Amino acid sequence: MIPTIGVLALQGDVREHVLAFEGLGVGVRDVRRPDDLEGLDGLVLPGGESTTLSLLLGSSGLFDPLATALRGGLPVFGTCAGMILLATDVRDGREDQRRFDAIDLTIRRNGYGRQVASFETQLAVPSLGEALLPAVFIRAPVVEAAGPGVEVLATLPGTDGAPDRPVVCRQGNVLVASFHPELTPDRRLHRLFLDMTDEESG
Amino acid sequence: MSDTSSTPGGGRPTGTFTVKRGLAEMLRGGVIMDVVDAEQAKIAEDAGAVAVMALERVPADIRRDGGVARMSDPAMIEGIKAAVTLPVMAKARIGHFAEAQVLAALGVDFIDESEVLTPADEAHHIDKWAFEVPFVCGATNLGEALRRISEGAAMIRSKGEAGTGNIVEAVRHLRSILGDIKKITQADQAEMFAWAKELQAPLGLVQEIAETGQLPVPLFCAGGIATPADASLVMQLGAEAVFVGSGIFKSSNPSLMARAVVEATAHFTDASLVAKVSTGLGDAMAGQEISTLGVHLAERGW
Repeated sequence: MIPTIGVLALQGDVREHVLAFEGLGVGVRDVRRPDDLEGLDGLVLPGGESTTLSLLLGSSGLFDPLATALRGGLPVFGTCAGMILLATDVRDGREDQRRFDAIDLTIRRNGYGRQVASFETQLAVPSLGEALLPAVFIRAPVVEAAGPGVEVLATLPGTDGAPDRPVVCRQGNVLVASFHPELTPDRRLHRLFLDMTDEESG
Repeated sequence: MSDTSSTPGGGRPTGTFTVKRGLAEMLRGGVIMDVVDAEQAKIAEDAGAVAVMALERVPADIRRDGGVARMSDPAMIEGIKAAVTLPVMAKARIGHFAEAQVLAALGVDFIDESEVLTPADEAHHIDKWAFEVPFVCGATNLGEALRRISEGAAMIRSKGEAGTGNIVEAVRHLRSILGDIKKITQADQAEMFAWAKELQAPLGLVQEIAETGQLPVPLFCAGGIATPADASLVMQLGAEAVFVGSGIFKSSNPSLMARAVVEATAHFTDASLVAKVSTGLGDAMAGQEISTLGVHLAERGW
């Protein structure tokens, strides 16, 4: 069976994730309404504005069924804003910003700074092989703390005395990245997510 | 730089084209709202805007007041930056690279080199490659869009006719840009040269469009959006996000209008949803017939 991956398509860089998964030969579906969740093998929460996404998740009626699906083990991959939506604790967000509480992380929104501080780099991700992974950080969220159940797959070394920060994390069915693997051609993180959907269905 | 780039997390270049275009990509499917103070910025954020455009007067007022329209007061931009967590954009005059330098120094997230302000240079747009902050520029046709991209723009928006509440010009510009892109994807190799000449655009960009079928940067719509249905229209035509200038805060109920445009942009193909959010909005901004205008802002820039 070819798996079907849903991409939350309310706002953000939806197309890049769609193209990434299409390139890996799986089925992809835009998710805008609750019935779009039917029969998905995995879901992506893309980059975008987390405050906007939070609001649209509420008004579209997607929030509650999605929260239920995540508790039921639906594999989910969140990048940047998507990671913020999945975390248990969000700093510098809006009071009314909604979260799925799906991965035990303390996140600071825009923690790496405004757009002028956005950057590209190369990350070591030992579990994905020796080659460094290109990573684009855009007004990116900082992971300030990761709970004991969280597996940290990659860390960004601190500069100028700042601490090292986790930037790729996994807990159970949840995979998150502070940056945008969908903006670069390296598909190892998207593949890793497909492996997670295999484990879930197998 | 080269000796650190092979070290994990070593090289960390900022202001690369990928980083600039990346922010434009994150705004897709969203609404960018013009705001003139912190209070309006909060209303925009509460309504689900993906970014705000800080400016002293919305285009409808600039049009009414006449005179020279310039970059906004830095204090006002700082006030808006402090009020919201969203990306903050601000406008510089066409060709006024010193205004752009000031905006960059203030740490704005995106600069709009905008025909809504009075142009400062009649022959040259800003060299946008010289900046780490990304730029958006207006275009009325594909040639203009490609010239702006060759100057370093990370996002293109239709010019439309700002401050009129009349969508007809934005529709014309979007159809022109997207129509020519379609034609170029059908063109053979020899025809590329003629297209480059006709559009007065770099051959390399024309060839890239022939291959990908899209602009190398996101294409947003601006200039005349006044209702949720306007947003749905331009999104269906192929815009990837919308700017709303006067349309929000010149309507009778800005919060409601802002929220409705956000919903209609996200669900632009869902007509029953657009119908629902269009209900009971009060008055949209007063519109103007294009033929009655004294000044055509879209004619500024080249």
